[in-house]
Amino acid sequence: MSVSVQEADFDVGAELAALTAGDEAAGAVASFVGLVRGSEVSAMTLEHYPGMTEKALAEIVEQARGRWPLGSVRVVHRIGRLLPGERIVLVAVSSRHRQAAFAACEFIMDYLKTQAPFWKREETAAGSRWVDARESDDEALGRWRATP
Amino acid sequence: MSTSIRVLYFASLREALGCGSEELPPAADIATVGALRARIAARGAPWQQLLEAKNLRAAVNQTMVGFDAPVRAGDEVAFFPPVTGG
Repeated sequence: MSVSVQEADFDVGAELAALTAGDEAAGAVASFVGLVRGSEVSAMTLEHYPGMTEKALAEIVEQARGRWPLGSVRVVHRIGRLLPGERIVLVAVSSRHRQAAFAACEFIMDYLKTQAPFWKREETAAGSRWVDARESDDEALGRWRATP
Repeated sequence: MSTSIRVLYFASLREALGCGSEELPPAADIATVGALRARIAARGAPWQQLLEAKNLRAAVNQTMVGFDAPVRAGDEVAFFPPVTGG
């Protein structure tokens, strides 16, 4: 299973090792790990749309496969309450060469940020609030759409 | 297959409405997501303000769609604010 949505933490080393286990064609692995930033935020709770989330992530991975020659792809996204420094998301991609792995990893994160149904609620000293979507995330997506 | 339309609300929208899901009977004048939104907004406050939010997003059967997308009996339609995962 290349996509997981779970409360539990993940082991980055084990995930990366499993990505290319037994695959001698892979020459590159690129990965991204998103963390809870902790300057003002004391905790963060992630809500999602069960069913649609897994479907949306699988579609994003398929789109990436349509653009680059990829080996294995792994996406893990956590839900529930997370503390500063905790891991939120892992995207890992293997390919024969680094360019495809770097690009696909960034593409999947940019799409995940704007298309996968997750919502963050932050707790701060002033109370808790839903995080607003960022325009810069839409702009990051537009970059890929402009270069099909 | 269900003959009603299942409507889901998420995140800040769910919280502000005090409602996570409901079942609506299908009607001839609810042919699109936009028409369904208008029907729900017609209830008045707080539905109207929240459903008419400019940045409202929608999905039909767990795929993100525009408000001109068709809605049929048995569909699952979700309304939610822009996503903020990752």
